[in-house]
Amino acid sequence: MTVPMAYYLTLSAIVFLTGLVGVLIRRNIIIILLSVELMLNATNINFVAFSQYFHNVAGQVFVFFALTVAAAEVAVGLAIIIALYRAKSTINVDEFSLLKW
Amino acid sequence: MELAFFFYFALVIGVTSALVVAFRNPIYSALSLLIMFFHVAGLYVTLHAEFLAAVQIIVYAGAILVLYLFVVMLLNIKHDERYHRQWPIAGLIGGLLLVEALVLTAARYHAPTVATSGTESVVEQSGNTEAIAEVLYSTYLFPFEVASLILLVAMIGAIILAKKDIEGREA
Repeated sequence: MTVPMAYYLTLSAIVFLTGLVGVLIRRNIIIILLSVELMLNATNINFVAFSQYFHNVAGQVFVFFALTVAAAEVAVGLAIIIALYRAKSTINVDEFSLLKW
Repeated sequence: MELAFFFYFALVIGVTSALVVAFRNPIYSALSLLIMFFHVAGLYVTLHAEFLAAVQIIVYAGAILVLYLFVVMLLNIKHDERYHRQWPIAGLIGGLLLVEALVLTAARYHAPTVATSGTESVVEQSGNTEAIAEVLYSTYLFPFEVASLILLVAMIGAIILAKKDIEGREA
């Protein structure tokens, strides 16, 4: 029997929430960025499931673009991390508090 | 049979995504994310999106993760303390959102039986790559070009942000 769409949506929700909790909890910037990738993957699963169940290929095209944007974001994010590490020699987000009130 | 494949992929995806958040060593997190990417690609294959599965492996596992591993190894990180001191609030938010998501999923949803809600439909005989290409270069041509611009901007930005200043250069 085919898998009902609700299973894919539940899986996507669980992965998204795991990524969200990871962004909120971890203090290592690289793990935070990895958790953002988890969230993006969760939405991609969602899109592909919708594309299959509504027989519309536009969902997969959107995943294509989301993949592109994720790659661009990772490149810029890691460049920022390298620049931050050069300035402060730490990647603990608690140390970057210059903009705090 | 499809159910068995789905549950295997879903189980491994769930476990490895929890491990990404839980590991202390960032390289272990990156490697469990790699396993997750492969299983997400497997999930795409069960959803008849083979081209996307290949692109997922090439781009995510082959480019993005390699970039992460390079940076992790370059920065030579010592083990930091793991969890933020406000972690109960984060757990509460995550738990609330999970309950909401499960309630919404379990409630009766009105799914259309066979929805041809778009102007294009997947032609099963010609395969997934042709179906995407048919749409990508005609209807979605402009976003395609914008995506190439995004990549150009990201490349320029990454180079400028990460390069060292040459000595004696005026600001």
